Amino acid sequence: MSNVVVDNVWKEYETQVVLERISFETGEHAFVAIVGPSGCGKSTFLRLLMSEERASRGTITIDGEALPPEPTPERGIVFQRYSVFPHLTALQNVLVGLELRDGNFFGRLFGRRRRQARAAAAEMLDHVGLKDASSKYPAQLSGGMQQRLALAQALITKPKVLLLDEPFGALDPGTRKDIHALLLRLWRETQMTVLMVTHDLPEAFTLATRVIAFDRLRNRPEEKAAYGATITFDVDLEAERRWQTMVPQAPVAEAAP
Amino acid sequence: MASRLINLRPNRRVAIALATLPFILSILIYLVFSAARLAENPNDKVLPAPSSFVETFERYVLEPDVRTGDYLLWSDTLASLYRLGSGVAIATLVALVFGIGLGLVPVVGSVFSAFVTAVAMVPPLAVLPILFIALGLGETAKIALIAIGIGPVIMRDLALRVAEIPREQLIKAQSLGASTWQIVWRIVLPQVLPRLIDSVRLVMGQAWLFLIAAEAIAAQSGLGYRIFLMRRYLSMDVILPYVFWITLLAVASDLLLRLLRTWAFPWARGETKAP
Ligand SMILES: Nc1ncnc2c1ncn2[C@@H]1O[C@H](COP(=O)(O)OP(=O)(O)O)[C@@H](O)[C@H]1O
Ligand SMILES: [Mg+2]
Repeated sequence: MSNVVVDNVWKEYETQVVLERISFETGEHAFVAIVGPSGCGKSTFLRLLMSEERASRGTITIDGEALPPEPTPERGIVFQRYSVFPHLTALQNVLVGLELRDGNFFGRLFGRRRRQARAAAAEMLDHVGLKDASSKYPAQLSGGMQQRLALAQALITKPKVLLLDEPFGALDPGTRKDIHALLLRLWRETQMTVLMVTHDLPEAFTLATRVIAFDRLRNRPEEKAAYGATITFDVDLEAERRWQTMVPQAPVAEAAP
Repeated sequence: MASRLINLRPNRRVAIALATLPFILSILIYLVFSAARLAENPNDKVLPAPSSFVETFERYVLEPDVRTGDYLLWSDTLASLYRLGSGVAIATLVALVFGIGLGLVPVVGSVFSAFVTAVAMVPPLAVLPILFIALGLGETAKIALIAIGIGPVIMRDLALRVAEIPREQLIKAQSLGASTWQIVWRIVLPQVLPRLIDSVRLVMGQAWLFLIAAEAIAAQSGLGYRIFLMRRYLSMDVILPYVFWITLLAVASDLLLRLLRTWAFPWARGETKAP
């Protein structure tokens, strides 16, 4: 269960309002894409969801509970870069999630628990298609493989909510398609809600069940500091898809030559 | 054949030959000038003949000293390396603890950052008299000079390295449930250790400087002590081999640190900055 409710959230810095009047509810097992022009506050919004920063006004809850003041394992995250640890091999990068969550003061597990964790990490690595790369360091992996690894690492602790900040922005189109399929599979297999920031509209519309756009409504230079971005556009693709299946239409796919 | 000088690259054998050239050349120049001076005045002490180095070698390496019964080069080397090693080890350990604290924990940074910056500005040699007065003329003062001389430099470098760790990694670790201590042990420490080695390599030259300065002023043994003792007798036949030996030790320690880095931190290969 993982319903994220954002209620009238504002984010202001000393000199600037970045976000204002952000309200929405994801519902359970949602896949929400957040789009918008560069600099409109998408990453800032994910930082709020991650408890890396606090909203100036408004509240965010997950399953009715207010966000804790610090990052916690119920929220996983994948960034565009620096998501994985350069000093750990692929397997260690996944294993470290379990070691940090369940391990001792030094972040280590021993004996049977370590063997179980290792097996779970190896299975997860296999699941994202990185079995053969398990003893490689991130610097030895391609960009796509690194992001697969980042997904495996974020999901090993089974977060309720997965946050993605332009995770595939640096990948070439072919690699991107493969990893899209992987992400959808991982999302369907779990109950987690995904919030993904992207600047790629086709990506948003193919993956998500809902697309939310942030933008500034007032963009005159003298207004820029005093007004932030807000939700300008909110499409429920699930509803659209349901609607399309209900209303008989000319079968588009078959009509194509 | 490339027409531009910047595109002209010697092959491996030529490169090695070229690299040894300056060494051979300087030895030749020494021999020529030494021979010329000795021809003019056979008692000249400034540029002793190669044969006198052999005598020195016998006296300092192969035969015990008549007064102390020590093999002088070895006892001097051991005394110096003990001081150098202790000083560098203490500086490294303290710098590691405080560097990580300063770079990672904002509260520690607020308390100590300005203080460390100020302390790093104190010229260590100016502190030497204080150390001799406070700690006596024994080993402690010399070790303390080395530690005080290089500690703050390593510390500040490490704090910067820790602060350079991408914010994403720290958030990531927290999102995996890591405590501050677990972040230190699993994320920060392993990533700054190779940088610590780079740092130590860079300050080793200074460490030698402080060691020799301290030994020159008050010691009964040590490489620096011997050099400054022999200066009184203008014994270039001892001073030059000692300088050569110190250089060799410095080169060897640098090489060892470099090997340690590549061997212990395979993931960090290729990001070494110092050659
Ligand atoms: N700590 C901060 N102080 C002041 N302004 C900030 C701070 N962090 C971000 N901003 C501003 O917030 C805006 C949104 O940034 P960001 O969330 O990174 O945008 P996006 O991810 O949509 O490209 C930017 O205009 C940036 O200047
Ligand atoms: Mg961004």
